[in-house]
Amino acid sequence: MTLVDTLPAGQREVLLEVDNISLSFGGVKAISNISFDIRVGEIRAIIGPNGAGKTSMLNVINGFYHPQEGTITFEGVPRKRMRPHHAATHGIARTFQNIALFRGMSTLDNIMTGRGTLMKRNLLWQALWTGPAEAEEIEHREAVEKIIDFLEIQHIRKTPVGRLPYGLQKRVELGRALAAEPRLLLLDEPMAGMNREEKEDMSRFIIDVNTQFGTTIALIEHDMGVVMDLSDRVVVLDYGKKIGDGPPEEVRNNQDVIDAYLGVPHE
Amino acid sequence: MAGDTARLAEDTFPKLLLRNAALFGDRPAMREKDLGIWQTWTWSQMLEEVRAFSLGLRALGLQAGGKVAIVGSNRPRLYWTFAAVQSLGAVPIPVYSDAVAEEMAFVLKHAEATMAVVEDQEQVDKLIGLAKRLPKLKHIIYDDDRGLKNYDHTTLHPFDDVQDSGRSLAKADAGVVAAWEKHIHEGKGSDTSVILYTSGTTGQSKGVMLTAERCVGAARDTVAFDRLTETDETLAYLPLAWVGDHYLNYAQGMVAGFCIACPEGPETVAVDLKEIGPTFYFAPPRVFEGLLTQVMIRMEDAGALKRRIFSYFMDVAKQHGEAILDGKPVPFSARLKYALGNMLVYGPLKNVLGFSRIRVAYTAGEAIGPDLFSFFRSLGINLKQLYGQTEAFLYVTAQPDGAVRADTVGLPMANVDIRIADNGEVLFKSPGMFAGYYKDKAKTKETLTKDGYVMTGDAGFFEADGQLKIIDRAKDVGKLKDGTLFAPKYIENKLKFFPDVKEAVAFGDQRDKVCVFLNIDLTSVGNWAERNNIAYASYQELANHPDVLATMEKHVRQVNADLAREPQMAGAQIARFLVLHKELDADDGELTRTQKVRRSFIAERYQPLIDALYSGAKEADITTEVTYEDGRKGKLSARVKISDVERYDVPAMKEAAE
Repeated sequence: MTLVDTLPAGQREVLLEVDNISLSFGGVKAISNISFDIRVGEIRAIIGPNGAGKTSMLNVINGFYHPQEGTITFEGVPRKRMRPHHAATHGIARTFQNIALFRGMSTLDNIMTGRGTLMKRNLLWQALWTGPAEAEEIEHREAVEKIIDFLEIQHIRKTPVGRLPYGLQKRVELGRALAAEPRLLLLDEPMAGMNREEKEDMSRFIIDVNTQFGTTIALIEHDMGVVMDLSDRVVVLDYGKKIGDGPPEEVRNNQDVIDAYLGVPHE
Repeated sequence: MAGDTARLAEDTFPKLLLRNAALFGDRPAMREKDLGIWQTWTWSQMLEEVRAFSLGLRALGLQAGGKVAIVGSNRPRLYWTFAAVQSLGAVPIPVYSDAVAEEMAFVLKHAEATMAVVEDQEQVDKLIGLAKRLPKLKHIIYDDDRGLKNYDHTTLHPFDDVQDSGRSLAKADAGVVAAWEKHIHEGKGSDTSVILYTSGTTGQSKGVMLTAERCVGAARDTVAFDRLTETDETLAYLPLAWVGDHYLNYAQGMVAGFCIACPEGPETVAVDLKEIGPTFYFAPPRVFEGLLTQVMIRMEDAGALKRRIFSYFMDVAKQHGEAILDGKPVPFSARLKYALGNMLVYGPLKNVLGFSRIRVAYTAGEAIGPDLFSFFRSLGINLKQLYGQTEAFLYVTAQPDGAVRADTVGLPMANVDIRIADNGEVLFKSPGMFAGYYKDKAKTKETLTKDGYVMTGDAGFFEADGQLKIIDRAKDVGKLKDGTLFAPKYIENKLKFFPDVKEAVAFGDQRDKVCVFLNIDLTSVGNWAERNNIAYASYQELANHPDVLATMEKHVRQVNADLAREPQMAGAQIARFLVLHKELDADDGELTRTQKVRRSFIAERYQPLIDALYSGAKEADITTEVTYEDGRKGKLSARVKISDVERYDVPAMKEAAE
């Protein structure tokens, strides 16, 4: 156990900081002046009612949307805007609300695509698949097999992903994100549409990823029970604004948060 | 042979391990699929692994006589633990990994286990949760470190660390290894080799103590019986704590020196089976049933040509397959057709199932349907039946090659003595017989007769050809008023072999004739109804359909014809039957949670129907309370038709048998 692990989440080193981010689509303000940080090794939840701007926030972090205002500082480097490719090569990986896997490809191949940014040989080498390219693939295959073992999906290693039940597809998607060996893992509703047992499994995997690999995790989730159990700190958004930020028990007692969830009329 | 007498010197498993490492040092002893690739340990590598772990355990304080619980699925390291613990003269106690905390606590406490070697976090969590109730449990050693990084490691140890400490001890002083081996050679055959706890389905679980020489002795007999050698291979997928796994894999593996392959996980067994292609295989009947259903469903989806080829050659196999397997005379043309079928159908099918290399396969545990049994045998798979118990260290009887039948469990194993008690109960004395229940002299005494035979609790009898037939639990066997033997389960099983009969309940004890309740199988009969354009709204309606009743009557008549052929059973033919208006359900207390019928409860609940069966009425009205899945209760009333069935003449053999 390193010293960092023993510190409470709020006092650890900052991995990513978003500062005064505003994002609008035409006249619609999706996010206005939001600032928060994600610290090394924590599980950070982003919650809020529908349309609060949670997914937009994730898209800003991994560079899919470009905010009109504000800066994003990742590992000490401030940027006006991220780019998806940049985010991927610098250690940010994500999963999607609607599963975005290659349905015709096997579990193994899908997870292998997650290694794409780590492969050094160019396309030609890989097509020829000799010498160094072969050695490289063996190395990556081993890494993928470790993930398969970790997520306990050995039995579907060679099954086309389209044939799998929803819960397992979600797990494969997590596997693909892990394959990139991210330092920051963004999970967009990892448990949406799952039954209780699948949720328990997924929670266990998220905790294990966090403790075993030390991966920092930011997740969006609607199941409050899960959020309160899993996360170290929670940020709450509503109508594009930040209305709460802190440890789960603090957020739970925040009147603004309660209002947002129970639906108090907005002025 | 000189070699044989030398081998007999090994009367414990650690001694056999040393022998195997010397005799078959470079041959594979264990395989495990790790990261998608099969890894292999030879016998000498396995000896080294076992030794390292054993020395590490000793460093942790394990002494002769100590008890070590083993919890997890079939992992090489857990198998090594058995040998490592036995090498120190301590006793391994495998525990079912899916046991609930309560059961696990009972076993560990009763066994006074001081250490536990477990597979992963799940088991560690369970044991930590029980820590307060298990003050004697000092150390927990785990195999898979996933999720355990942040646990308190004062009494928790990774398997590797224990082995490392053992290895450094061996490295520091060469004498340590020699002393360890010397200690093994000093081990006595009368030492307790293992304590296997019964699963506890019939009450509190009991610890069956087995001594080393008896375990090894029993395994020697069966290894010789099936001619198992170091070139054989098995896939270990049965629960580690079950006598079947400990015997078939661990004990026979040590004696024969064959290779045990561990699957990647419980869900990958089918794939691993195909990749390994074991030569020795065991599965309970329901596994074979599942395989057959899978094959049939996939054939339904195949193209017309493939279906025709399949059905043509399956007919050929049905006609000649078993005769060819048993080496009986078969016309040349049939052999030719079978060979062609083997090329086109049987071979590829066996390959898909992972049965290509099987030399000996066994099934046991419950009655197997004759069609199911013949299907696999006709493909050329040498599937046989055995009968056994934890108290016997598995084998009591088994079928020799060439004398295999679906309705018997075989001849007494070598050196096994079987006697049938007056009430029909099977009693035995065998080489692998248990030494007693651990810390339970009273129960031990209850299970043994005065002259030392074990009472199995099963009723059975010997057929004319010497094969044992098990008919029911001894306590369930009754007599009709005229004194005829009545074995309800035997009759029920015969009925249940028809795919459209889901459940059957037979009555007859202390009555003048046998009557049965039937439940149709809604899936199977519903399918039939669909194909024949018969509309139905409910189970009740379908069950009362005249065509369905006619089919059921045909089945019952068939069962009667079968029973008539068996001198012991012929008197208990079915006189009348009815098809129940509702499915028997565990929620209503009619079945146990393991889907066994609760005969006396059903008799009480459906008293009016029983009265009608025995009064000779043609119909009866019944109202029963039912519990819906959401817990609500309702009433269900119906008028049930009762049918009489023709009984067959009892053959003249009956007198001869009596």
